[in-house]
Amino acid sequence: MARAVTTRRKTINTALAWAIGLLIFFPILWTILTSFKTEGQAIADPPIFFFFDWTLENYAIVQERSNYMRFLWNSVIIAIGSTLLGVAIAIPAAWSMAFVPSKRTKDILLWMLSTKMLPAVGVLYPIYLIFIELGLLDSRAGLVIVLMLINLPIIVWMLYTYFKEIPGEILEAARMDGASLRSEILYVLTPMAIPGIASTVLLNVILAWNEAFWTLNLTAVNAAPLTAFIASYSSPEGLFYAKLSAASTMAIAPILILGWFSQKQLVRGLTFGAVK
Amino acid sequence: MATQHSRSAARAMMAPAVVLLLGWMLIPLGMTLYFSFKKYLPLRGGDLGWVGFENYERFVSSSAFWPSVQATLIIVGGVLAITVTLGILFALLLDQPMWGQGVVRILVIAPFFVMPTVSALVWKNMFMDPNNGLFAHLWRFFGADPVVWLTEAPLFSIVLIVSWQWLPFATLILLTAIQSLDGEQLEAAEMDGAPTIKRFWYIILPHLSRAITIVILIQTIFLLSIFAEIFVTTGGAFGTKTLTYLIYQRVLESQNVGLGSAGGVYAIILANIVAIFLMRIVGKNLDA
Repeated sequence: MARAVTTRRKTINTALAWAIGLLIFFPILWTILTSFKTEGQAIADPPIFFFFDWTLENYAIVQERSNYMRFLWNSVIIAIGSTLLGVAIAIPAAWSMAFVPSKRTKDILLWMLSTKMLPAVGVLYPIYLIFIELGLLDSRAGLVIVLMLINLPIIVWMLYTYFKEIPGEILEAARMDGASLRSEILYVLTPMAIPGIASTVLLNVILAWNEAFWTLNLTAVNAAPLTAFIASYSSPEGLFYAKLSAASTMAIAPILILGWFSQKQLVRGLTFGAVK
Repeated sequence: MATQHSRSAARAMMAPAVVLLLGWMLIPLGMTLYFSFKKYLPLRGGDLGWVGFENYERFVSSSAFWPSVQATLIIVGGVLAITVTLGILFALLLDQPMWGQGVVRILVIAPFFVMPTVSALVWKNMFMDPNNGLFAHLWRFFGADPVVWLTEAPLFSIVLIVSWQWLPFATLILLTAIQSLDGEQLEAAEMDGAPTIKRFWYIILPHLSRAITIVILIQTIFLLSIFAEIFVTTGGAFGTKTLTYLIYQRVLESQNVGLGSAGGVYAIILANIVAIFLMRIVGKNLDA
């Protein structure tokens, strides 16, 4: 039975929740608004909220000055590439742990998780050195590999928890009918697991897109993604709020939209299935 | 029934992931350990031989060490206190019946998807700047002198920025946990006349304890290694040099790899202590 709630109480809840929600969202809203102002309007005191001359010139300037498209392209390749590579490696592993568990499965899962806990700074120099030796420094391939490795434990875990929910009897039946391992995975398991795989891809693209330790330390010019592009605005020259805002909006917009679709997966993915 | 054939196939399918992660863990870790026992200055003579535990001693006895431990503790502790407390309150609020719940949820979660360099720079410039930031406008409006946030209250400023990024995570996970609470129990308590505070203290909070623990442990692991937020705001100045940032400076800025590696080993040990607790909880969950 639903609890009876008075309209008055509901109104108070609504007002309070919206106030808090808008307060938390405000920095993002402010950034988006500022990106459409002129530099003069961007620093006006008192601040102008909506009634300014909306302009797109900042977006044009940012693109022209720093070649936004190249950074965007790097971000896309690195985020999607590392995720797809990770998923391709993780699907067989998660499959075997979910459907052919052995005594050591649990230990292997926990050990994989433990590699995620390794603080990046503790292995910064070795990775740096290996990258120099292999010519991977400032290359997209290098970042795809590193981000794939740091997200692989999460990918395996998420897929494992999704696969676990698929009833084993269906696989048994396919096996009885003489399906080979390959066709079992391709034609029986994968179609059922597609929602789970999609969620996993979504969350890991977001994580890779926003990763800001390796992307800052292992790139210079060629492979620098949006995280590094934004970091280059940390030493300002003259008036730059509107341009910073335009650059920021362009860097976060794609992932904000993806992120809103992935709220549910976020909980499962980031707590390693401990909270559902 | 798993056959012998499918068992060996299963092992083969696990192999790539296991081998890759094993290599990713052991090779850099081995190298860090190796360098930590050497005097190794890539730009000033390179490998200058074995020095035993000298790097470990020098790392903890340098004047920058204790301040960095302090900064780390303040940032991690401050962010945890803010995000967990507000996270519980927001989760309780969002669980209430209201209009437009879905939209509010989206608004609250949004900061989590903003990349760290963007959130740090937006806060630094558009809010905390002493001349043109919104806070300065607000302070002047009330006739006060604007605060130079990142120099006068640097740790507080960073705690504020990082809390803004992590509050959505805490709220979302605690909200998910609250929603799994059995409504009948609460209703029964309500009918028995238990006041709101008591219902919270004796029913909701115990139910949330596991989720709270998980939030604390996962956030601690991420917070111990925050980097970009410091990199683009203070660059480690004004007492905001955390352990992570100190090691980064030793290794890449002053190119003292031996010393930095010893620091790295300390950081790894610290992270592992936290990780052990997290793994216990997650491991228990696997059995269930």
